[in-house]
Amino acid sequence: MADNRTNGKTGNGAGKAKPPVLVVLQLSGGNDFMSTVVPFGDPHYFDFRKTVGIPEKDVLKLNDSIGFHPVMKPFKQMYDEGKVAVIQGIGYPTPDRSHFRSMDIWHTAEPTKIIADGWLGKTVRDLDPQKQNVCTGVSFGQGLPRAMYFSGTPVISVAHLEGYGLLTSLPGTEQRAAVNAFTRMYAPEEFREASLVMGHIGQTGRDALVGADMLKVAPQKYSSNVEYAGDALSQSLKGIAQVHLADIGTRIFYAQHGGYDVHGSQLQSQPKLWSQVSRAVNDFFADLRLHSAADNVVMMIFSEFGRRVRDNGNGTDHGSGGGAFLIGDCVKGGLYAEYPSLAPAKQASGDLAFNNDFRSLYSTLLEQWLGLQAAPVVNGAFEQFKGMIKSAA
Amino acid sequence: MTSVHSKARSLRHSQSDVTLMAHLVRRAGFGARAEELEALAVKGYDVVVDDLLHPERFPDLDEDLLERFHSEHSDDESTGWTVTRWTYQMINSKRPLQFKMAIFWHGLFATAVSKVTNNPMMRDQYLMLRDNGLGNLRTILQKLARDPAMLYWLDQQQNHAAAVNENWGRELLELFSMGRGNYTEDDVKAAARAFTGWTIDQTFPRYPSGYYDARFVYREEDHDHSAKTMLGHTGDFNGDDVIDIILKQPATAQYLGKHLCKFFVEDDPEEAAISAVAETLVASSFDIRATLRMLFTSDFFKEAAFKKVKSPVEHVVGTVRTAGRYTDPWEGGIDALVPTMGRMGQALLNPPTVEGWHTGREWIDSAYLIERVNFAAELLGDPTAPGVSAMADRIARGRRAVAAPALVDAVLYEMGALTLGADDKAAVRESLELVGDIPCGPPDRFRETVARICRTISASRQYQLG
Repeated sequence: MADNRTNGKTGNGAGKAKPPVLVVLQLSGGNDFMSTVVPFGDPHYFDFRKTVGIPEKDVLKLNDSIGFHPVMKPFKQMYDEGKVAVIQGIGYPTPDRSHFRSMDIWHTAEPTKIIADGWLGKTVRDLDPQKQNVCTGVSFGQGLPRAMYFSGTPVISVAHLEGYGLLTSLPGTEQRAAVNAFTRMYAPEEFREASLVMGHIGQTGRDALVGADMLKVAPQKYSSNVEYAGDALSQSLKGIAQVHLADIGTRIFYAQHGGYDVHGSQLQSQPKLWSQVSRAVNDFFADLRLHSAADNVVMMIFSEFGRRVRDNGNGTDHGSGGGAFLIGDCVKGGLYAEYPSLAPAKQASGDLAFNNDFRSLYSTLLEQWLGLQAAPVVNGAFEQFKGMIKSAA
Repeated sequence: MTSVHSKARSLRHSQSDVTLMAHLVRRAGFGARAEELEALAVKGYDVVVDDLLHPERFPDLDEDLLERFHSEHSDDESTGWTVTRWTYQMINSKRPLQFKMAIFWHGLFATAVSKVTNNPMMRDQYLMLRDNGLGNLRTILQKLARDPAMLYWLDQQQNHAAAVNENWGRELLELFSMGRGNYTEDDVKAAARAFTGWTIDQTFPRYPSGYYDARFVYREEDHDHSAKTMLGHTGDFNGDDVIDIILKQPATAQYLGKHLCKFFVEDDPEEAAISAVAETLVASSFDIRATLRMLFTSDFFKEAAFKKVKSPVEHVVGTVRTAGRYTDPWEGGIDALVPTMGRMGQALLNPPTVEGWHTGREWIDSAYLIERVNFAAELLGDPTAPGVSAMADRIARGRRAVAAPALVDAVLYEMGALTLGADDKAAVRESLELVGDIPCGPPDRFRETVARICRTISASRQYQLG
């Protein structure tokens, strides 16, 4: 199997003692970029956002023309510390306004056809081509996202870390017999190829057994002063922190936060969502820093599209161009690319026009952070951001 | 096959009849143990298909009895309790296809309480799908377009002539009828405009103190009466006109045919099967009952046993039925089945997105598989579960002992004509140290042995298929 690693030309993270870790946080539903990074300085903003516009006096200003939503104080603090890169106007050609399709495009890095290969599944494959560590990729939440899926590449999907494991409710001797049978029944076929589905179930079962053994130490080893909030996102990030701190070799983490499809009631929903995100992400990095484990972690936050420039009277409908964020000690914070203009002539059919392809951001992370070759993962060559990833001091 | 053939075999059944009946009952219902399947096989396949398609022939189950014996849930309006009542029906109803079709339509018209946050509205949508699911697609879509939960879910309250909201118009075409690639953005805009004014009479805030009844209401003053052009038709279309236009499109029968095949036949259905179902939909003017009759009696259906990964609902309800649990309304704990299905990836009335659930192989990931295996092991590994002891007693009847390999085969049969590869059968025997002749007594000891065999079988890969 070809090794994707860029031998000799390693990413900034890969050369250090601690291998670089990427945490991907997906905001599901199409986050309204214009309400997250508010373009209050654009002369058209208040005309187009008559209902859901944020008053300039409330915005947490980054400069004379844009700023964060008022509830994002913890996020703004990280930005002021130079740890948050804002990638403005991110998207892809011929945008798709279907949640399902657009999210799949971000998950597979393939806008032109429907495929099942996830970019992070391929990344896990390239990070661990010999499949030596089934916990190389761990997704927190209900259900494995397509981004993490690649046929033949083991990834772990965890809903709750405590009590995770196979047949754990059976008494001792019975459990041993049952796990013994399971191990045999899920062993790879010796002489014939299994059908696709049986092969998939078999691989999943084998990985589940091994992964459970490795993961169960994480909550046991964990202790911290940081008090995470009780919402699902905070608990997912706490789980990620526990596994990261357990040092079992996980390189790719995934978490999801839903509810961003604000066709209506946007003034109620948007602040709540970003309150949760700001606090959870801040707590996560604080926890890592407490344990001196933050310096090899970069988080990427993305959503499947932004929302329409003009609001619909109560919220916003699906749009295209949006934004993404990178957060971490090794991220050179600041504003990247350009905030798309709201001028009608510059819009893309009523949406923000994108000015950078998301595969550029992926390529930047793959090569400069993870030390892999980007082209096989993102199906092509895309110009990378310069200076966004820095080596730690 | 005609009923003449059925009568000729009416006095006995063959192994293959039971196997075929097991497949039909797993797909059109929620599965059954061999005892029940043998009785059905005597009736004959086509008779059973006809009975499945005519739920009205069979008595309805009194769901309210559940509340008498779970008084903490009296007048419980929560979605969790609605799903519990639905689950009780799936386990015990003599009208299983009605409840299976409710799952099919719910998966297609995926509406989630996480946004709707009004439990009576969600229950009303489920009941509408349950009661109309075997009828005509035109009726179903017309009722769906007036369903308060759907109207709220897809923002019809915000769809005004002066400010069009495209959510319902888009998803109606993309996910509920025609599928992507068969219409343009202009068709979406036209459909959205045709449905302006279709709303519910509850306005914000919806409740300070309890749930108010929601009703569909058509607000003429909010409706866009200008001409719309959609899929080659032009006119001052209203919502029902859009539904009529949709039903004229060949893509609609293909799209629904594909989903019926994915749900009832196999995870990756053949084009020929999809086309055959689509043709029947068109020929019957979208009569679901007639279409399902064609599907259940087709060769492509009969040859598709175990070609689907069981959904969490099928896995949980099927396992419960095998174990003979929750057959009586006074058995406590049935409400715990609802979060169990949720942890396996299928929270009824709360799908992850309007796109519904990703099915087939995607039901299996490491978290889901662990839940599925653990759940089935716990239920079937209990020798006091009525179904487990009934299976053990049937195997033991008239025998002193049974050879280990024959015992495993007998348990597979009793569980519902299941199959298992030779290597897996050996793994079952050897992990349980089943060697030589296994005595069928004393009954308690034998039931424990059978329970362990059931539990081990249920952990297999094959058991994930249905």
